[in-house]
Amino acid sequence: MVQTETVMNAMGGAERSGVVQVEHATKYYKTNTGSVHALEDITLDIRKGEFIAIVGPSGCGKSTLLWAMSGLHDLTSGKVVIDGSTVTGPRSEIGMIFQEANLLPWRNLQKNIEFPFEIKKIDSKPYRPRIQELLVEVGLTGFETKFPRELSGGMQQRASIVRCLAFDPDIILMDEPFGALDAFTRDEMNLLIQKLWMETGKTIVFVTHNVSEAILLADRVVVLTPRPGRIAHVFDIDLPRPRTIEETYSPPFIEKIFEIKDTIMQGSYRPEHVAEVTRKVAGVSARKAGA
Amino acid sequence: MSDVLGDNIPTFDSSGAESQEVGLSNMSALADTGFASNWKEALILILVACGVIGGLELVVRVFDVPAYTFPAPSAIGQSLWDNFRPLYWPHLLVTLKVLFLGYFIGASIGILLAAVITQFPFAEKIVTPYILLLVTTPMIALVPLLVQKLGFGIQPRVIAVALASGPMVMINAATGFRRTDLAKLALARSYGASTFQIFTKVRFPLALPMIIVGLMVGAIFGLLTAVGAEIVGSGEGLGNRLMYYSSRIQMANFWSIIVILAVLGILIYVIFYWIGKRWASWQA
Repeated sequence: MVQTETVMNAMGGAERSGVVQVEHATKYYKTNTGSVHALEDITLDIRKGEFIAIVGPSGCGKSTLLWAMSGLHDLTSGKVVIDGSTVTGPRSEIGMIFQEANLLPWRNLQKNIEFPFEIKKIDSKPYRPRIQELLVEVGLTGFETKFPRELSGGMQQRASIVRCLAFDPDIILMDEPFGALDAFTRDEMNLLIQKLWMETGKTIVFVTHNVSEAILLADRVVVLTPRPGRIAHVFDIDLPRPRTIEETYSPPFIEKIFEIKDTIMQGSYRPEHVAEVTRKVAGVSARKAGA
Repeated sequence: MSDVLGDNIPTFDSSGAESQEVGLSNMSALADTGFASNWKEALILILVACGVIGGLELVVRVFDVPAYTFPAPSAIGQSLWDNFRPLYWPHLLVTLKVLFLGYFIGASIGILLAAVITQFPFAEKIVTPYILLLVTTPMIALVPLLVQKLGFGIQPRVIAVALASGPMVMINAATGFRRTDLAKLALARSYGASTFQIFTKVRFPLALPMIIVGLMVGAIFGLLTAVGAEIVGSGEGLGNRLMYYSSRIQMANFWSIIVILAVLGILIYVIFYWIGKRWASWQA
């Protein structure tokens, strides 16, 4: 707990920023077979310290939106503004976490975690104690000299979280980070992310296609429609924190899953449709119980 | 905004570049076959080797094979023992000199060219047919031509070795440099990596296993070409000695040279095996 507090103090300064504004973001990709309309007029204000989840079916432009926020890709029109300045390229206040850990296989764990420092040409020595604390926090002490192939998928992803937090970004963009993990490891990682977020107060944008994961973690869940990616609805998740895995089976949680899944399938939020389907399902289970 | 990533839809091949099938010889295959893992295995390996050599000796003696067809292993051993320092060593040095010079020139140009050319797909399309031409043409054929121009010095042979090993190194290194792992490039870019940093910290390490494979194949092709060039256009070197001893029907000496060449080839393999183990084992 002591370590947790030091990490917290080191990383969650009150004056930190992390406001992300997406304004009329539109994106077309040119491909060999024509152009793909990935995003259409996305406008989204993300508050400092907010946890946003973006969900939607494959190919709905979730990753595209994230890449635009991180400055890895240009938008066709519209812009992303971070802390008052328009994004034109990679920014030092942003840290990214990718699908499948994305560790460099020729570097051991320590070297992987120090990779951002090398790129940014920052001496990593002053950061070593913090890296050590983070390793304790995610349970990876003693594995510093191990190579990625010697670690399990969950351990690799935890290492990539340390790599991201080590240089203390204000904003963390996560691109389907746990999609490749098994369900149990995924639960464990979700709780870890919630804990780290509650301790550090960073702004997190979390792309996933797992609805219950989105509800478990997020303050707001943004549902995108596919081709082109448009915001179908933004759901406020006002469940108390810290949230537990058990709560994902509670009625208010299930209700949210229902609403969001229906919105994804229908392409827009229609409360009356949700209510109708809920009634039908309730009828079916009542009949089953009777029979 | 970003030149390295291009403007592609961010979808990643889940297998990742490091699990791609690598051409000619997979480094992992190279790294898996070491010498014996314990003394029992070592004993068996040595016993089998003794059996093969002893069997040859027996066959030669029992069937009374004439020395000009195949000398007994003991005679070859005797020849190596007696003549290595005075007769073979100076020629071995000549061959090694030609090999090292030619290989050094060819391999460095090959790696450099591969690194540059793979950054420009269209240039690669233009150059590839000529590289293939160089790979498939036996460079020994050029030696008489070069000798006419440059005389009997080592230059024609060095050029032949460079032309034989360089394209081999290049074609493998290019395969390595072409492995672009979009996720890893994006990772480096997200930290603001420059094109140069991306090259040294992502592209080059990613290409290294294939570069090492290329260097090994190039070295072996270089050795073959050096010996061939000495056969067709040189008054010295191990290749020349092969011609010399066979024309004089000194078969024990001839076979001694063959043994030296075989040991050289195995040495090249072993050296690159260790280099691969040290620098490219992450791939296995």
